[in-house]
Amino acid sequence: MKIVKIIAIILLVAFVGIQFIPTTRNQSDTVPSTDFMLVNNVPETIQKKLQVSCYDCHSNNTQYPWYNKIQPVAWFLEDHIKEGKAELNFNEWDSLSSRRKASKLRSIIKQIENGEMPLDSYTLIHSEATFTEAEAEELINFITQLKDSL
Amino acid sequence: MKNLQMSIAAMLLLAVSFTNAQEKEKMNHDHGDMKMDHSKMMNKNSDAKAEAILSDYFNLKDALVADDTKKAAQAGTKLVATLKAFDMGSYTKEQQKELADIIEDATEHAEHISESAIDHQREHFKTLSKDITDMVAITGTKSTLYEQFCPMYDKGSAWLSTSKEVKNPYYGSRMLKCGKVQKTIQ
Repeated sequence: MKIVKIIAIILLVAFVGIQFIPTTRNQSDTVPSTDFMLVNNVPETIQKKLQVSCYDCHSNNTQYPWYNKIQPVAWFLEDHIKEGKAELNFNEWDSLSSRRKASKLRSIIKQIENGEMPLDSYTLIHSEATFTEAEAEELINFITQLKDSL
Repeated sequence: MKNLQMSIAAMLLLAVSFTNAQEKEKMNHDHGDMKMDHSKMMNKNSDAKAEAILSDYFNLKDALVADDTKKAAQAGTKLVATLKAFDMGSYTKEQQKELADIIEDATEHAEHISESAIDHQREHFKTLSKDITDMVAITGTKSTLYEQFCPMYDKGSAWLSTSKEVKNPYYGSRMLKCGKVQKTIQ
């Protein structure tokens, strides 16, 4: 029992300790002129859906949940956001070439079709981010149109 | 009891952060390998570099034909390196712009292929094939290539092959012969 106590104390100290390691936060007040919504004529329902379901990890501005302040949750989120933005950053949409845009749009369609995005770990907490069948169809139709017009 | 619960919770949290850190390390390691390949390629001339890209692309295609995810992933990793080693110095400004765009796009698809399951690899192979076809249109190649087309996969998808005979990389053994030669590139 004594050893359990010691381990518990060590872990507790480590847990408290990592709270002091700073993380970078993905937040910005401005939306650049290259933003997906600004350069494309996106219907309002789709705009809203993208904002809720995608922009937390695929833009320069994340609406953080309260528990983000606790480590190692904050690291986990930071990693996801970094990776998400590297794949696709809606804020920088218009800086992509036509080829890159077509590629990204194709990937968006596939990800939504296969239910791979939004991530399960995300929808677990953000249930409103899930796509209903109708919402998925609406988005896919719009993205397909956009891709064909490139 | 309370102590025990707390220590279990803390352990779980630590385990999560530890796996994350390990994953990161793995990624960095891959990067190091890529750089080594890069310097190895430096001595060859630019034409040979386009041929090297094609050769990796064909290895990838053959792996997909054989339904071999692991080999396809390896070919994808190699392709990332040969794409990176491509030298545009001998092309015109306009061609360079186009080539840079192609290489950037192709690299992303090759990266995804190197770390995905076979369905996903095939999705990316479609766009990658378009990129490589556009690249060949600029760089040319010493061998005769056949652009083949399968009307069934994802509303119609093309790929390149060195052989006239159709072996479908999008379906593999499920529908090996589906497709036709739609263009000969010389």
